[in-house]
Amino acid sequence: MSGTFRAAVVTFPGSNCDRDMAVALEAVSGTPPLKVWHGDAELPERLDLIALPGGFSYGDYLRSGAMAARSPIMRAVVEAAARGVAVLGVCNGFQVLSEAGLLPGALMRNAGIRFVCRDVTLTVENTASCFTAGYGPGQRIAIPVAHHDGNYFADDATLDMLESEGRVAFRYAEPINGSSRAIAGVLNAAGNVLGMMPHPERAIEATHGGSDGRVLFESVIGGLVKA
Amino acid sequence: MKIRVAVSLKPGVLDPQGRAIHHSLEGLGFSGVRDVRAGRLIELDVADDTSDAALEEMCRKLLANLVIENYRIERVPA
Repeated sequence: MSGTFRAAVVTFPGSNCDRDMAVALEAVSGTPPLKVWHGDAELPERLDLIALPGGFSYGDYLRSGAMAARSPIMRAVVEAAARGVAVLGVCNGFQVLSEAGLLPGALMRNAGIRFVCRDVTLTVENTASCFTAGYGPGQRIAIPVAHHDGNYFADDATLDMLESEGRVAFRYAEPINGSSRAIAGVLNAAGNVLGMMPHPERAIEATHGGSDGRVLFESVIGGLVKA
Repeated sequence: MKIRVAVSLKPGVLDPQGRAIHHSLEGLGFSGVRDVRAGRLIELDVADDTSDAALEEMCRKLLANLVIENYRIERVPA
């Protein structure tokens, strides 16, 4: 890769963490990310990372992430992911990635019905991906969650496949939303697409309550800059 | 032509909303309710020559998430 890190943050109608994501990417990479609108048909060229932020795209109509997954920009995101561009979906972004078929499974209403908004402890299950390489195996990290539909569901065969292929990136250290096997984040088969319900972009400054999320951005930005 | 698409959670998939509704019914004093499953009803008004295959595709591509949901298409008599 030559020179600066090129990231894009996609904004859907109803996204509300796109600015936080942009701030986190700029804080770690030194370069502000490009802003992309859901109705755009094409992504900027030569991207290293595409981030799908949290929020309530299309008011969560039909199913969380369902409408956004069919928006024009997502065709370009699917193509970029197939070419190996890193794609990070956080919270609603994870819901969009699963609805778009880039990640297996689905995110259902939290088992306890309640919206869960607090810091949670995660265990890092995969340290081989471009997103998680900076963490230690089994490391416990504190990252905030804020979601209503974070209850990860997949059938047993899919869950077994994810486990055997090392594609569970993060697990909740304690149950918070009913997720199958306490899964908080999953990777695609190639390892360049990560979806996670917790918000690493809200944990990049110690003065804001914690910086355990910063390592994720350092991993993906550092790895891609070196590549 | 009017079409109704009933989307429901697959058997075995935990339905927290159905469970909460069940709880509330019991709280109101209705006994004998064995189970509650919440679903979604989507009504479409489509051209009369819309094929079954097209309706199926609408369900598979958008109206239902086949990871967790089943769907049933019903043509509503005029």
